Amino acid sequence: MMQLACPHCGPRPENEFRYGGSSHVVRPTLDCSDEEWSAYLFFRENPPGLGAERWCHVFGCGQWFNALRDATTHEVQAIYGMTDPAPPAGGVHR
Amino acid sequence: MSGYRLPPPLGRSVDRERRLTFRFDGRSIPAYDGDTIASALLASGVSVVGRSFKLHRPRGIYSCGIEEPTGVLDVGTGAERTPCMRATDVLASEGLQAFPGNCWPSLRRDAAAILSAFAAYLPAGFYYKTFMWPHWRLYEPAIRRLAGLGTLGDGIDPDRYEERSRQTDVLVIGAGAAGMQAALSAAQAGRSVLLLEAQAGPGGSLDAPDPADPRAFQITDALQSTLRSAGVEVRTRCTVVALYDHLLAVAVETPAPQATAPCRERLLKIRARHIVLATGAIERPMLFPDNDRPGVMLASAMERYASHFGVACGRRVVIATACDTGYRTARRLRAAGITVAAIVDRRKTRDIGDTLLGLDGVELLPDSAVIGVAGRSAVAGVSIASRGRMLTLDTDALAGAGGWTPNVSLYSQAGGRLGWLPDASMFVPDHAVPGISVIGAAAGVFDLDLALAHAADLFGLSRPGRFDSPPAGGLGHVPPDHRPSDQELRLLRGRPGKQFVDLQNDVTTADIALAARENYRSVEHLKRYTTTGMATDQGKTSNINALVLMGRATGRTPDEVGTTKFRPPYKPVTLSAIAGGRTGLRHRPLKRLSARAFHARRGALFEEFGGWERPAGYPRAGETLAACARREAGQVRAAVGLFDGSPLGKIEIHGPDAARFLDLMYLGTMSTLPVGGARYGLILSEHGVIADDGIVARLGPDQFWVNTTSGGAERTALAFDEWLQCEFTGLRAFVIPVSSQWGNVTVAGPRAWQLLAQVGFDAVLAPAAMKHMTLRSTRFEGAEARVLRASFSGELSYEINIGVSHTGALLERLWRAGQDLGVCAYGVEALMVMRIEKGFIHVGADTDGTTLPQDVGFARGPLKKPDHFVGRRSLLRPAGMATDRAELVGLLPVDRRTPVPVGAQLAPAAPPGPAHGHVTSSCISPALGHPIALAMLEAGTQRRGETLGAWHLGRRIEVEVVAPCFFDPQGHRLHG
Repeated sequence: MMQLACPHCGPRPENEFRYGGSSHVVRPTLDCSDEEWSAYLFFRENPPGLGAERWCHVFGCGQWFNALRDATTHEVQAIYGMTDPAPPAGGVHR
Repeated sequence: MSGYRLPPPLGRSVDRERRLTFRFDGRSIPAYDGDTIASALLASGVSVVGRSFKLHRPRGIYSCGIEEPTGVLDVGTGAERTPCMRATDVLASEGLQAFPGNCWPSLRRDAAAILSAFAAYLPAGFYYKTFMWPHWRLYEPAIRRLAGLGTLGDGIDPDRYEERSRQTDVLVIGAGAAGMQAALSAAQAGRSVLLLEAQAGPGGSLDAPDPADPRAFQITDALQSTLRSAGVEVRTRCTVVALYDHLLAVAVETPAPQATAPCRERLLKIRARHIVLATGAIERPMLFPDNDRPGVMLASAMERYASHFGVACGRRVVIATACDTGYRTARRLRAAGITVAAIVDRRKTRDIGDTLLGLDGVELLPDSAVIGVAGRSAVAGVSIASRGRMLTLDTDALAGAGGWTPNVSLYSQAGGRLGWLPDASMFVPDHAVPGISVIGAAAGVFDLDLALAHAADLFGLSRPGRFDSPPAGGLGHVPPDHRPSDQELRLLRGRPGKQFVDLQNDVTTADIALAARENYRSVEHLKRYTTTGMATDQGKTSNINALVLMGRATGRTPDEVGTTKFRPPYKPVTLSAIAGGRTGLRHRPLKRLSARAFHARRGALFEEFGGWERPAGYPRAGETLAACARREAGQVRAAVGLFDGSPLGKIEIHGPDAARFLDLMYLGTMSTLPVGGARYGLILSEHGVIADDGIVARLGPDQFWVNTTSGGAERTALAFDEWLQCEFTGLRAFVIPVSSQWGNVTVAGPRAWQLLAQVGFDAVLAPAAMKHMTLRSTRFEGAEARVLRASFSGELSYEINIGVSHTGALLERLWRAGQDLGVCAYGVEALMVMRIEKGFIHVGADTDGTTLPQDVGFARGPLKKPDHFVGRRSLLRPAGMATDRAELVGLLPVDRRTPVPVGAQLAPAAPPGPAHGHVTSSCISPALGHPIALAMLEAGTQRRGETLGAWHLGRRIEVEVVAPCFFDPQGHRLHG
């Protein structure tokens, strides 16, 4: 079980959080093609390494935030706000 | 073997003043407080403690720790019986009952022991080769009966288990000399330290005096006495079974089994900033023919039984060794007063230096090997090949000292990689894992001074940043040499007797050779083909020999053969320890209604609905629940009924953009609602699928009241917040879940208003003043009430939302006042009957993960509403616009008598054949007096009037497709 640093509450065990999938997925507009819409709904990068993802401290402050996490080592390289852009890999530490 | 008790001061772990008795295999066994089952059995001279897994050979105690492969017993009786317990790990207690595993009818007369006569026909993989024709399934039941280790307890475990979460700066695992030193230096550096030890006390392998090296024991003793004053928290009988991500350790603590023990086992979840692994090493067995006979043991185990438990494992011990530690064992056993007859050293040249001190009188046999063991259920002698000649020695206990295997399970679990040291013949940690340090024997450091220096350095203030550093200096360990000599091989040829590599799974050197010949050469294939390293001991004593043998057979080094990844748990863990207190009612506690007492007084039958304990109905004596639901529904339609709708989800949405936000969340448009107005809406997932439904009411310009289904209360609030925080981030709105603050009492039926007026509700609520689908805020007896006119029953209906603690009193008032009006209380089942009569969908029952709004009668919604509401785009995909989608319809049995069961498949012809749909809801309508049903049917709205079969368990029920609303389709009744 990982430990994530909620930006509001500090380090907490993973089971206080809810995983929300990849971050920075852009929601297309209504007039997009079926292909674009299905790419938005179903297709994700899932890289075997660093990936930006969103988490909610659901059994805590209830706030969503972003994490840059290595899916192979579970190293969390950065925690940043929901509307912030993704920091460069190896960048900002929590 | 003929074990016996040694005099004090030997036996530092037992209290000779406190005697107790337990039972093993029906025999009464005396023991001292502090004995393990194994030490007490050895002290009583019990040699055979079980039968082996495959060949049913007699087996004895082999080790003195959790690596035990053979002393695996069932402990306890009835519901407390626990299988696969290591006799070396369970403390003896008064009245305890232990049973040998794997034998029937008894240990002495084991019927399946005949299997060992057929051993030649049972090599590795024999299952796969033998039981192929005509099919494995034919043989499997009989083989499974023969196999297996122990018997599960029956019934509910009556014991208490605990779970605790802990945090610490430094977690040190293993309280040997290195671990204690690391804990001390961490404490001295100001860190909080938790030191866990699997054994009953700290001390590790040096916790016994060695006459040739008194210093080691003195140091260990001194470390032990300073631990507590340094502020180190020490927990014993506490085994770390798993290391997980981000330095989370899980340990199982077994308090001494006393009447005052707070629990049988305790699970600790420990989050640390640093973890120090000082888990020591496990002794490597010697391989020779019949090395599984009771009385053949690990040399270190014999030492420990003597020093800790005051137990001699035999009267005349022979030590077989491939390294220097055999000599240490000889010294220690002699110091304990045990006769050591000989040391059989496999090595040609001895470099043993001062280890010969104190061994006068012991026959030293270099360049020698054991080639046979006499005795079947106990060692009765040993044959030795020594420099070209054969000798036999009289002995009753044979100790094997084959070197050491660093205990790297936890390091490997944490993601560490292992490296092979050819000189030392062992695997050691090979690269740093962040936050984890391995010290002492676990790191391959067997020199005490080097290990202590490394441990002291970890938290040394003088040299910060050395936490992950590899051990300094050499290994301080004279490595074993297991290579058999030519003469040994020559003498062994043609001799009977299997050499067991894995004692728990009956894997022999021949099996490993067979696997190599048949090309099962990778470590993963080797394990699965031969079963070496499986089951409760996970090969703690056997893996290393198996890898070395496979390497030798295939011309590779053991690291080229590879090691399997160690996975949790390090030792078997009971399911009870994992469950902790979460059993019975506490497994998944049900939410209870505030007005539970009211319902109980009215004779409610409570059942679970979506995590809530709710009245399913209020059945009279002898009445079925279905009949009860029909009676209650009938009474609601005839007079008035009370329903506790408190589990309904309730969310307030506040903020200047609350209306815009709700327009995005719902298929319906909420921004056009006037204050006090209410509207039904569907919530979709982004895939367009119906996720929830409910009523939205406007409390004020910037304030909305949202009802969700009871089951969707938490889910919907979470989804709202996710959209608000992650996608529609510019909107100024707050999502406030208030489900548990507000209760809901629903009063439904033609006399609903009459009843409310009678108990004093404000006249503004009268049907004439307050329309259907409006909400009024009012007060009732001082309490704020939000009264919504909405109807899931089709009757005039008031949903009174009131502080949750007031629901009981309100229901009681209404009940008393309603006696003259024919009031009844109705449960969930009656509500379901009424909503089926009305054709109202129940999300999750009539709908599933494919149902779009157009399938349940909301066809024009998505096209009418221009907003980019959640799920809209998905509705416009070709699949969403298809004309053959399953749609909600009503069904009537053509005979108007046969109920149409939920789940029945709708098809014109007998199955097999394509089904056109299925029944989703069904009841016998009290209003109509015959069965009705709802179903999802392909192109259903086009097929009204059609007859087809509803197939249920091979039976065809003729049904007619009709509109989904069966009762009062114009909705006259709900307007009152």
